[in-house]
Amino acid sequence: MMVRIIAIIALLVIFWLGTRRMRVVPGRFQSLVEMGLDLVRVNISDDLLGKKDGKRFLPILTTMFFMILFMNLTGIFPGLNIAGTSVIGVPFVLAAISYVTFIYAGVKKSPANFFKNALFPAGVPWPVYFIVTPIEFISTFIIRPVTLTLRLLMNMLVGHMLLVLCFSATWFFLFSAPGWFKLMGVGTFAFGFAFTVFEILVAVLQAYVFTVLTAVYIQLAVAEEH
Amino acid sequence: MLHSVVSAAEESTTRNPLIPEVYDLVWSGVIFVILLLFFWKYVLPRVQKLLDERAEAIEGNIAKADEAQRKAEAALEEYTAQLADARTEAGRIRETAREDGKKIVAEAKDTAVAEAARVTASAQAQIEAERQSALVSLRSEVGTLAIDLASGVIGESLSDDAKATAVVDRFLADLEASEAAAGGKK
Repeated sequence: MMVRIIAIIALLVIFWLGTRRMRVVPGRFQSLVEMGLDLVRVNISDDLLGKKDGKRFLPILTTMFFMILFMNLTGIFPGLNIAGTSVIGVPFVLAAISYVTFIYAGVKKSPANFFKNALFPAGVPWPVYFIVTPIEFISTFIIRPVTLTLRLLMNMLVGHMLLVLCFSATWFFLFSAPGWFKLMGVGTFAFGFAFTVFEILVAVLQAYVFTVLTAVYIQLAVAEEH
Repeated sequence: MLHSVVSAAEESTTRNPLIPEVYDLVWSGVIFVILLLFFWKYVLPRVQKLLDERAEAIEGNIAKADEAQRKAEAALEEYTAQLADARTEAGRIRETAREDGKKIVAEAKDTAVAEAARVTASAQAQIEAERQSALVSLRSEVGTLAIDLASGVIGESLSDDAKATAVVDRFLADLEASEAAAGGKK
């Protein structure tokens, strides 16, 4: 819990500083903050949802992206060492929000259309609906939030375990293992190092994937036809 | 520190990681709401404003540059036109001046020639008139003078008119001949 609060405080401070005095010609720090915000705005919300819908859902997508990103990154910070997202609460809450958001988006646009598109895809002969409709129902309304939660949770949990494994093994080999086994410690440390770098990639990637999927779900919900 | 991490990890594996705790959900939700409000009400409006301002600034600058370009081109055209005008004007003036000069020179020459002719003619006329008057007065004077002289020489009146006249005429003829010889020499 402490870890999350630290991450959130860092997030708030960085963005507060970054946007406190916005200039038309940005300084270095402002450019960096803008780059992060642009990633969500341009690459996720505008690309997938278009300018108009993108603007409506931009706050929620931005919040998701940076909350996940910062909580993921705590996993490789010395002293924090555990990702805020590797305990189920955060992924679950975010997935629930994503779920509520895309259903809200669809229902607001046109309730009949939304459920028709989701449950009875066009261009299918009617007897097939007996099979397709339950599948679509399960995949849209049950599997989606569960996969969102588990994907993020497991990525971060497993990353954390890998790091713990590598570093505790290093510790064990260097200080407790007899003779030549100490050399193994070098190997495990190298693995730990590699996985730390890898975790940075995973942290960004998972934040991106989660946000993109939410955007895609919203986009599917507001689309006229599939 | 590493030991604590290890023990924390062990602790989390003893629980089922898929069953969320209530406090976990509640506080995650609170954090999300705080962040959502922060981004929604604070960060994104500012970014949007900034982007609008930036777009405006860029458009403004482009418009300004266009304006400047247009002005510069207009000025250049004007200058070129003025320069061409000035050139033709200068050419015209030079041409006129040359013609004027020629005319003035020609006029001066004509005037000078006429003046010279006039001066020459009047001088000649005067000379002729003077010569004539001198000739006439000289002839009469010379006649009387010659008669007087002859009378003195001879010592008697020249009563014989016929003789006298012949003598005078002969004398005058001689005189004229000598004068003609002197004039030819001169």
